[in-house]
Amino acid sequence: MVKKQKDLLGLRGVSAEQITEILDTAARLKSILSAPNKKTPHLQGKSIVTLFYENSTRTRMSFELAAKYMSGVAANISASTSSVAKGETLIDTGRTLDAMGTDIIIIRHPMSGAPHLLSQYTRASVINAGDGMNEHPTQALLDMLTMREKLGSLKGLHVAIIGDVLHSRVARSNIWGLRTMGAEVTLSGPPTMMPPCLEQMGVRVTSRVEEAVRDADVVMGLRIQLERQQAGLFPSVREYHARFGLNDERLALAKPHALVMHPGPMNRGVEISSFLADGPDSVIQEQVTNGVAVRMAVMFLLTRRGEA
Amino acid sequence: MSGMLIRGAHVVDPSQGIDEVMDIELAEGRIVRLGRGLTADGLETIDAQGLYAMPGLIDMHVHLREPGLEYKETIRTGTAAAAKGGFTAVCCMPNTSPVNDNAAVTTRILDIARREGSVKVYPIGAITKGQQGREITEAAELKDAGCVALSDDGRPVADSRKMMLAMQYAAAFGLKLISHCEDLTLAEGGDMNEGAVSTRLGLRGIPAAAEEIMVARELMLAGQLGLPVHIAHVSTARALSMIRWAKDNGIQVTCESCPHYFAATEELVDGYSTYTKVNPPLRTEADRQAVARAIADGTVDAIVTDHAPHHRDDKLVEYHQAANGISGIETSLALSYTYLVKPGILSLPRMVEAMSCTPARILGLEGGTLKPGAPADVTLADLNTEYAICAQDFASKGKNTPFDGWKVTGRAVATLVNGRIAYRFDG
Repeated sequence: MVKKQKDLLGLRGVSAEQITEILDTAARLKSILSAPNKKTPHLQGKSIVTLFYENSTRTRMSFELAAKYMSGVAANISASTSSVAKGETLIDTGRTLDAMGTDIIIIRHPMSGAPHLLSQYTRASVINAGDGMNEHPTQALLDMLTMREKLGSLKGLHVAIIGDVLHSRVARSNIWGLRTMGAEVTLSGPPTMMPPCLEQMGVRVTSRVEEAVRDADVVMGLRIQLERQQAGLFPSVREYHARFGLNDERLALAKPHALVMHPGPMNRGVEISSFLADGPDSVIQEQVTNGVAVRMAVMFLLTRRGEA
Repeated sequence: MSGMLIRGAHVVDPSQGIDEVMDIELAEGRIVRLGRGLTADGLETIDAQGLYAMPGLIDMHVHLREPGLEYKETIRTGTAAAAKGGFTAVCCMPNTSPVNDNAAVTTRILDIARREGSVKVYPIGAITKGQQGREITEAAELKDAGCVALSDDGRPVADSRKMMLAMQYAAAFGLKLISHCEDLTLAEGGDMNEGAVSTRLGLRGIPAAAEEIMVARELMLAGQLGLPVHIAHVSTARALSMIRWAKDNGIQVTCESCPHYFAATEELVDGYSTYTKVNPPLRTEADRQAVARAIADGTVDAIVTDHAPHHRDDKLVEYHQAANGISGIETSLALSYTYLVKPGILSLPRMVEAMSCTPARILGLEGGTLKPGAPADVTLADLNTEYAICAQDFASKGKNTPFDGWKVTGRAVATLVNGRIAYRFDG
């Protein structure tokens, strides 16, 4: 049970029961978001710090609003203004936050494994809000909550994830989570953006997007960092969109009314066409709403540590 | 200095084809004779029954960090660690601060070693000034000052023409180049071996090809010039195949590998412990087996440690930020015995050859033998008792090892340098 866990560092190794518990809790707490008075006492007396070493708007906002809706005290540190700029180590920053009585540290960091290091040196719970190319567990949880709401069950779903898998922590967390929940995952993108030996994670890999999308229940686009073009990973935005972008023709290969998802922020006309992003099967806005619900659930469950 | 008798040790000296129980008599810092039933008549006696005696181990690839990085290691602590590990001589890489790229630094290192060192220290000079890969160093003067080889170590010479010129120039003074093989355009920014585990952990990969491309280049340069080259810390199966091919085709190449490449794999990185971060990175199980086989068949000439002590502050950070390197000199004998000899991959004489005789031969050092007249550099080892590696007990300042707590067999019980006891195990 999640209540027994100190941290949420990733979805790798998290059981189907634990994922279900988080999703069930999120589904219950979600009603608060549409209530006229968005305030509950679930995190009353708890302090939450977002410690972001990378820029982020939506994830940080999502965590902070989730904490505030549940009466938690939320504060934030960003790398540029903090003692990090003065050379403080991650471990020292973590200990400092501990000493101030922080209950949950939400960390985003450009280096894989940073939340794991932090968690070893803090009493506070650590939630990984994205570490390097490794994991972004709450993103995958909100994706799974959205799929479950729209399609009923995750078991047996065909999910196609398209784009820069190499650099994507969203892809990795979704792979771990979806495989645990019994969904089938197919990945596609330029071979330069596919890390080696992906099949060993229990997924199918193809460089033909059409093949990945065919008969899919869910089609998820990943954000392309435009600077990857200079690094030689793809030749031009034009060719990327033509060969790997999500558009109407490709979506037509998926099951009727397959869900269109994207973790945002989107490059319209690059990895996804505007028609698709704004189309009737797009659930991109619901993903954002579910993000708040999932983060409420995770923070609530982690602060119940030690309770029966 | 008076003499000494080592009585009843199982002597393993491949330089003379000896592999049997014998006594060893030492005097004036040299080996006097080997034989059975030698009489003590007043000599100090070491009862070595049940122990193995071998020519003092020689580690031709270590980092002593002094001058400049004394917070990580000093010549005093590094050589004390070497003695504890059973080594009677070490060759120290030039990446100190300042870089050992001129005779003044070499002389300084040797001065400190004479005053504070427990074992023999042979400096390796830089190939290029400041290890910058541009101007070659004064090889003649470095040789005269005491350097036994040249290497730019962790900063390989990227420019092939410069490498070729350096090889030619150094050869005139009898110095070999030791090449740390790494194509930086492939390796830079990487954290670990590129493959299934880097994909699983989301760490940046260093492809095996980064090492192999540079190995290929060095082999071709050595072949072109008809000059020798030594390849440092080989870690991949394909690099070993190429070196095997080169040896079969008359290219004068020698090479080394390290215990962490035959005792550990990339799987150890899972969990993000920065003690597993090393360059070249820990590789796959297939590579690990290839390294072990290559040591057995002689493709790998020498076992070295690449002893790279680091301060905890350089390791207790994010994986990507952490310094590369393993403090290895106190675990090398144990890991070699436990992972190569015990499972029957290597004979004990072959292990001694790779850890003593061959390094001496490659660099033209005295030692590597127990022949009468040779320096009395002797390692006495217990190869029976199992124990757990304990990093906190290291004599080295660097406690950075991924092998802490591992159960191993094989430990130096006494290390004699020029007939003097440099280290003695006291339980």
